[in-house]
Amino acid sequence: MSLWEYANPVRFLGLSERVMPWLWAGAALCLVVGLVWGFFFTPDDFRQGSTVKIIYLHVPSALMAINAWFMMLVASLIWIVRRHHVSALAARAAAPVGIVMTLIALVTGAIWGQPMWGTWWAWDPRLTSFLILFLFYLGYVALWEAVEDPDTAADLTSILCLVGTVFAVLSRYAVNFWNQGLHQGASLSLDTEENVADVFYVPLLVCIAGFVLLFLALVLYRTGTEIRVRRTRALIAREARGGQAERA
Amino acid sequence: MRALFFRDLALALRAGGGFGLGLAFFLIVVVLVPFSVGADVTLLARIAPGVLWLGALLACLLSLDRLLAVDWEDGALDLLATSPLPLEGVVAVKAAAHWVTTGLPLVVAAPLFGVLLNLAPAGYGTLVLSLCLGTPALSMIGAFGAALTVGIKRGGLLLSLLVLPLYVPTLIFGAEAARRAAEGLDATTPLMLLAGVSGAVLALMPFAAGAVLRVNLR
Amino acid sequence: MDVTVTDLAVGRGGVPLLAGVSFVLSPGRALVLRGPNGSGKTTLLRTVAGLQPALAGTVSGAEERIAYAAHADGLKAALTVSENLTFWAAVFGQSQITPALAAFDLEGLATRRAGALSAGQKRRLGLARLMVTGRAVWVLDEPTVSLDAASVTRFADAVRAHLAAGGMALIATHIDLGIEADVLDVTGFQTQAAALGHADEAFL
Repeated sequence: MSLWEYANPVRFLGLSERVMPWLWAGAALCLVVGLVWGFFFTPDDFRQGSTVKIIYLHVPSALMAINAWFMMLVASLIWIVRRHHVSALAARAAAPVGIVMTLIALVTGAIWGQPMWGTWWAWDPRLTSFLILFLFYLGYVALWEAVEDPDTAADLTSILCLVGTVFAVLSRYAVNFWNQGLHQGASLSLDTEENVADVFYVPLLVCIAGFVLLFLALVLYRTGTEIRVRRTRALIAREARGGQAERA
Repeated sequence: MRALFFRDLALALRAGGGFGLGLAFFLIVVVLVPFSVGADVTLLARIAPGVLWLGALLACLLSLDRLLAVDWEDGALDLLATSPLPLEGVVAVKAAAHWVTTGLPLVVAAPLFGVLLNLAPAGYGTLVLSLCLGTPALSMIGAFGAALTVGIKRGGLLLSLLVLPLYVPTLIFGAEAARRAAEGLDATTPLMLLAGVSGAVLALMPFAAGAVLRVNLR
Repeated sequence: MDVTVTDLAVGRGGVPLLAGVSFVLSPGRALVLRGPNGSGKTTLLRTVAGLQPALAGTVSGAEERIAYAAHADGLKAALTVSENLTFWAAVFGQSQITPALAAFDLEGLATRRAGALSAGQKRRLGLARLMVTGRAVWVLDEPTVSLDAASVTRFADAVRAHLAAGGMALIATHIDLGIEADVLDVTGFQTQAAALGHADEAFL
């Protein structure tokens, strides 16, 4: 029994169908608890007032925007090395979710930035990096859509994902070099000096857990859809071949 | 390899549009900038390095969609794939020819266009140097994009969408070097970083482009 | 050295077209592939030439020995006939182009731009390219398209000369070239391919 058995589409569907209800439920629970707790039962920040509460959407979505790309990178590598279709389809399924997460992070960032920095948008390194990440996501999805043959598309997008990752990291440092920013330091880091206070911290963790579960559920759901599309294609192909054989 | 390089040069020269078009496009961009931001000489001088870099980048992008598509359509790419040349080498050589026909004229013409935009005298040397270092990377990254989209009909727009985000580090370091020099600051650090990015791109990108091309050919 | 194809299965876009294809091509021999349009001849030739991966089976003895010619000739309209040939000769590490020009009656056209040639003349130039590669195994996909009767004879002569010099040829064609060659009808391999199933079969 190895993990790779779930690379078989049928087994994967079976497993994901069993797991998904729990993921949806867990995501809903964590998000409701985390957001209600965060929005209504935490004190206002002494400097930022109640605007600080947007952190409960902003930080988890930003985190997931990066992690979604990371997941796509891992899935692409698995496709390149082991050529499991499910892996390529999971990467494809994760991209639009990643786009939405990036958008949420950008929009909530802008809403937060307005009262704090007095502007909706600043060319701050972090914001700019997210905008660049957003462009990478767009290119990745567009390439998937443009290539007809699914295996060719999987190969091309995998290599794009690899190259894109290198350039995204490079851009991150280039942007840092280019403009020192307004953005506060990391909200969560191992360095406790920088960290947000505990009252904000716990509900934030719950929200992050909620976003992770939501992401997993969405990706599994979308991968399932992709698998069913391919399955339909295979059935149609088999049907067509059966027809040919009968005529012959 | 050498034969392929000179063939691409000859084709660019004879088919027209090789040396000329990119340069003309660059000129038009530079001419349009004062129309859009106003003729204020100090403002133009301030944005000149950035405008010149952006113009060079766009001019470079302009001819990319034909870089491999022509050879794809007339079957030459199939024949090259069965030849003794490795596909990685084919892409690298075609990128080099692309640089000589578009990047190099841009580098040479940039100081002239700098005059149009009232670039500070201190900035010329570094501008040319940064373009010299950066444009080969633009051609090579572009060749990767061209290899990705070679099988796609009307892939030109998609090519731009894929390639432009990849241009970000090169543009940042290149324009930053030119800007710093024009303002009389030390431009060594961005120049070094630019050279590093270019070197890495030239060393590694042919392999990614070759792999992509092989996928597209089958 | 022989080119040996063993139990080869080929397909396009995930659909297997031919399976169980086996043959041996020895020096001095030609093999003609026959079969209706869309039966998979082109795919088989591309697989043998190494342009696309086989679904199953092996091709041995073909690496770095193949000169491939398909429907598109890879000619550059802006270059002259001799420049086109010289380029391909250089790519394959050769230098002689005169025998190729002579064999396909292109001497008079040597300085003309390829873009100004007629379809038949272009085709002749495309075939002359085979001779400047110095490769032993010619893999030809419908080589006689748009050639007139005299040119077909010239082409057949060139193939015969190539075979006599120890070369090999694998040709997909509908017309009889008048070359002594083995014939392989690919239709027989289609039924075997149907049993292989679509590449998406894993999803069922």
